[in-house]
Amino acid sequence: MADLKTTFLGISSPNPFWLASAPPTDKAYNVNRAFEAGWGGAVWKTLGEDPHIVNVNGPRYSALHSNERRVIGFNNIELITDRPLQTNLDEMRQIKKDWPDRALVASVMLPMNEPTWAKYLPMVEETGIDAFELNFGCPHGMSERGMGAAVGQVPEYIQMAAEWAKKAASVPVIVKLTPNVTNILPPARAALDGGADAVSLINTINSIMRVDYDSLTMYPTTDGMGTHGGYCGEAVKPIALNMVAEIARTKETRSLPISGIGGITDWRDAVDFLALGASNVQVCTAAMVYGFKIIDDLVDGLSRFLDDKQLTLDELIGKAVPSVTDWQYLNLNYVEKAVIDQDLCIQCGRCHVVCEDTSHQAITHTVNGERRFEVIDSECVGCNLCVSVCPVESCISMHQLTEGSDPRTGEPISLQKANWTTHPNNPMRKTK
Amino acid sequence: MSKSEQQADIRSNRLDKDELAGNFGDLHPPLSRSEALIAADRCYFCYDAPCTTACPTGIDIPGFIQKIRSNNIRGSAHTILRENIMGGMCARVCPTEVLCEEACVRNTHEEKPVEIGLLQRYATDPIFDQESPLFSRAAATGKKVAVVGGGPAGLSCAHRLAVLGHDVVVLNRDDKPGGLNEYGIAAYKTINDFAQKEVEYILSIGGIELRNGEALGKDFTLQDLRDSYDAVFIGVGLGSTNKIGLDHESLPGVGSAIEYIAEIRQADDLGKLPVGRRVVVIGGGMTAIDIAVQSKRLGAEVVDLVYRRGPEQMGASRYEQNLAQINGVTIHHWAKPVELLGNDYVTTIRFERTALDSNGRLTSKGDRFELAADTVFKAIGQILDVGVLGNTAGLEIRHDRIVVNEAGRTTLPDVWAGGDCVAGGDDLTVTAVQQGKVAAIDIDRRLRGE
Repeated sequence: MADLKTTFLGISSPNPFWLASAPPTDKAYNVNRAFEAGWGGAVWKTLGEDPHIVNVNGPRYSALHSNERRVIGFNNIELITDRPLQTNLDEMRQIKKDWPDRALVASVMLPMNEPTWAKYLPMVEETGIDAFELNFGCPHGMSERGMGAAVGQVPEYIQMAAEWAKKAASVPVIVKLTPNVTNILPPARAALDGGADAVSLINTINSIMRVDYDSLTMYPTTDGMGTHGGYCGEAVKPIALNMVAEIARTKETRSLPISGIGGITDWRDAVDFLALGASNVQVCTAAMVYGFKIIDDLVDGLSRFLDDKQLTLDELIGKAVPSVTDWQYLNLNYVEKAVIDQDLCIQCGRCHVVCEDTSHQAITHTVNGERRFEVIDSECVGCNLCVSVCPVESCISMHQLTEGSDPRTGEPISLQKANWTTHPNNPMRKTK
Repeated sequence: MSKSEQQADIRSNRLDKDELAGNFGDLHPPLSRSEALIAADRCYFCYDAPCTTACPTGIDIPGFIQKIRSNNIRGSAHTILRENIMGGMCARVCPTEVLCEEACVRNTHEEKPVEIGLLQRYATDPIFDQESPLFSRAAATGKKVAVVGGGPAGLSCAHRLAVLGHDVVVLNRDDKPGGLNEYGIAAYKTINDFAQKEVEYILSIGGIELRNGEALGKDFTLQDLRDSYDAVFIGVGLGSTNKIGLDHESLPGVGSAIEYIAEIRQADDLGKLPVGRRVVVIGGGMTAIDIAVQSKRLGAEVVDLVYRRGPEQMGASRYEQNLAQINGVTIHHWAKPVELLGNDYVTTIRFERTALDSNGRLTSKGDRFELAADTVFKAIGQILDVGVLGNTAGLEIRHDRIVVNEAGRTTLPDVWAGGDCVAGGDDLTVTAVQQGKVAAIDIDRRLRGE
């Protein structure tokens, strides 16, 4: 079985799975249970100034469910730690002592003035932690007070605070980014410019889960009123993957090590993050939904996957990054058509109706008087909608045309690559 | 001591109250909300859904399941009942395993269809306790239609006619409406007086006058109705039981399955019903299964079901055959009764083994066997007593059933028919409901002069 021992910023952990700074890492009791279960590291619940903040005494969480009540997305309005700083520090010191092989990172959130950072960071570092993570991500509550996402949304602030942290700390500094921005690159660049050793992303996304269909108020509420929270869980993974990949593939930011966060539930999600450029991953929601035991599948699955692929963990990291590019560089001469495997087809007709109603009228419903679903190559644009909606895995697949002509356009198939930058319809095309 | 000298062992109270209550509770308990949501989630929402095509009443099945998923249960019930006003009963008694659920595309890879029947029950059950109606009547047309028969076909026809604005009189032979829903279906399939609850719901639309105890050919004639109504619908079902055609068929202990099923359904106290220790059922349809299983559940020790052909030819679905077997009924295929033995009452029935000849015709193989019996139930189908129709001049009858076209019209211009009494049906509740509905739509067109 492939070794998952990981070194991130010089911090070693038995596997690349850390618990993210969140309720699961609120106190020693939880972190002990997590380490007993096999988690590689923990980013302690975000520390702040004393006196500690308080939380609401009503609902902090809500979920987007499937009909089977599987949690697809998750929303929270919990703030940073609501315990005295000293209590946290004492527990962190003990945990690090008891679990020397695990990574222990202190998440911090402090007001935007340098003396505060200079005062608190050494106190925290003294517990023996391996690194700091600067929480510039929380989108609710703390951001109203000029912290969390309020910092993460202004690159200049990120850089400033990163510089203060680097000055006050001797251990590595990770900047945790908020996804509540239109472009993740300026915040990442600011972290780099501020001297941060790495970034972690994503924090949660501004969200309101739904309304209550009886009271017609937002849901949930505290005494009839609610506030937006932060969205996480499986549903946010694609958003997180894009942001991770953007940082990993962009020249100005690609030197930043990335700790990937966002909806990781099973080992395949971890493969996504690692292959798209993260060097390790952090998990919260899956643990909050299923408990710490899910680490078994994460570790076992990733290890067996690496065995199957004959890769080391290091070799997996960033493996898919070169495959991510801008739209303009996609090969417009490449032609695919959907093919339906009639032996696997259960004749539900979903491919037909979605193609007919919403796309290109490229799938039959009747052939020679029989219910039968076949792709009409002369209409198929290769959009992958039918593949996406088909309930049977592998029943519909995309096949490349490598010779002859495209029955839809009549254009001969060319194996030469050609993209938008040189396309005749592009007024901005590059001339040879 | 010869067999004929043995005492017939027929008695009541073979099981105690609790055992009977357990045996005659709901055969399929209703789905809970979470079960329904999980079951609903398995529906793929197929295009031109095969289940809908397979449903004789054409219920938009993916449509009603989607409404369960979105917690629009009333909307779901409307989607069902607008096509099949007896969607509640059909959810209980339809052989879904050979209709909608057989067509479910889930069967291809899983052999486990969406539980359409149970979902239909989940969607419709709450409606019967709600005050506000799902349907309203169109403006009154001033036309009056006579419906003969208060079973599924007649009530379905009456309801649709009432919705379309016509006034309807339902002439029902029995003391209670519902037809075979009330009298002819195993008790554990429709508990808590559901058949009457459903009829009440159907009648609550208004404009339907129900007259019980009015039998065609006895209390009135078809001609009477034609003289005084704008249109007539005949949905009288099949009145009398087929005969096996053996000597001693009137021996005590030899009875009609359908009549005993009615007794079970109407019994206030199941314990009081006399049951033979050894019961032999002759027949291979739903009624045969219903009487065999119910006999067993009433406490009969040995129940044998004998059918002259094989399992594929049985009218009862595979599911029903399995149900009989897991209830301890022994099914014997390829044998036909040839002799009833007994002096004062039946004691033994003798069978002859059968097979298909090279032309596919049923033949006797010659060898025989006997089964001891305290009770013999005939469940070999029913026939229409054409005599009740009176003067049938102009009304085409074929093989003792009324001939209708696809719109339910008979060969008389003002008479429609549907349900088991018409030719070409499959004797299913759901088919009767569809035929009643289709006829009502055609009657409406005719009465409006379209």
